[in-house]
Amino acid sequence: MAKLKLAVYWSASCGGCDVAILDIAERILDVVAIADVVFWPVAIDFKYKDVEAMADNSIDVCLFNGAVRNSEQDHIAKLLRAKSKALLAYGSCACFGGIPSLGNFNCRDEAFQRAYIEAPTNVNTDHLSPQTLTKVPEGELELPEYWDTVLALNQVVAVEYFLPGCPPPVELTNKIVDALASEQLPPPGTIIASDKSLCEECDRIKEDKKITRIYRPHEITPDRERCLLEQGLICIGPATRGGCGQRCIKANMPCRGCFGPPPRVIDQGAKMLSALASIYEANDEGAIARMLTEVVDPAGTFNRFVMSTSMLQRKRL
Amino acid sequence: MSFEPKIVGFMCNWCAYRGADLAGTSRMKSAPNVRTVRVMCSGRVDPQLVVKALQLGADGVLILGCHPGDCHYTEGNYKAARRIALLKKMLAQFGVEDERIRLDWVSASEGDRFKKIVNEITEQVRVLGPLSRNGSD
Repeated sequence: MAKLKLAVYWSASCGGCDVAILDIAERILDVVAIADVVFWPVAIDFKYKDVEAMADNSIDVCLFNGAVRNSEQDHIAKLLRAKSKALLAYGSCACFGGIPSLGNFNCRDEAFQRAYIEAPTNVNTDHLSPQTLTKVPEGELELPEYWDTVLALNQVVAVEYFLPGCPPPVELTNKIVDALASEQLPPPGTIIASDKSLCEECDRIKEDKKITRIYRPHEITPDRERCLLEQGLICIGPATRGGCGQRCIKANMPCRGCFGPPPRVIDQGAKMLSALASIYEANDEGAIARMLTEVVDPAGTFNRFVMSTSMLQRKRL
Repeated sequence: MSFEPKIVGFMCNWCAYRGADLAGTSRMKSAPNVRTVRVMCSGRVDPQLVVKALQLGADGVLILGCHPGDCHYTEGNYKAARRIALLKKMLAQFGVEDERIRLDWVSASEGDRFKKIVNEITEQVRVLGPLSRNGSD
């Protein structure tokens, strides 16, 4: 069997997904036995021009992590799309926008104003901020154009596979290695995770879903056996796709929703909001007002990883 | 030509929709901007539906149910009250103004109240203008 060609790219990303790929530990030797890695900026010294020189569809699978928020990332996403038989959106950022997509509560001007002008530790008396084009004596310098809106990968190019998670767990990354080794890639459109919500794989004891108070994670030490939502913590589990091995739950922390919505749920944020308000005991205006004070940041808490693919996608411009 | 708001109205079958119907049969004139969707209970209105209405082009969403204590299914309207209150708080963070989403109670006999609410929300949304499409579609 001729060696497969594999590529990995990091876009608007924290770098954690590249580390997560290496979580497969010694199985990396299995990978290099069956595949040549032809592009992986963090790990190997190939350049953009090497990708440009490749024939179309010559990369078998490209693992693309990170969201898309500037013109360079947009360009490389389209370049890798052309050169790859299959694109796999690796991690929550590529799948849904991820944490970077919380930037959709601002826009470029607001972000630059805060970062380069207002931030208390700045010393920037000339009020300089990055420009797309800057003339210097030697010529013209170019920076990528910074977008107002952060996008998920499949909002820029067609994507065959999705592996959610922040970062994806090693068990699911291993499924990709198995698929490559056996030359049996799943059907396009496959989301490599569970088809059920997290509650299905959560081991905790679930009784009556009725709460009279919502707590922020630092306010209580939860009981390790009982459902976290029933204890008043905002656990996004009911509105989150399973398959992560309930890692956060096992660490006695509520789910934050990094696997995105379960099947047939379009807007994870609205659905979780609905679930939480439904189980809260409040039948008069005073109690409802109290509930509202207890959910400090509904937009960020319920949409933490999925702003790009949520129905409204961003704060109104 | 002044802006004509597009408002989607979810109305519960037992109270609000019948109140709306009474307004109609009584020949009450009200603003024509509300597109009616009959649901069995205001508690059935999933927040996703409200957001989808905005996503699809609505400038405002009206949800009408039975008065507290009078819900045909006992507690559905209380659930609606909690969900829509929390939804409005979240939507404010998205820049969707408070007046665009309204939950209110209309009984089957309150054709005049239906007319008043429809006229009010239409004018409030007209003043706010179209919901920003963020420069797309």
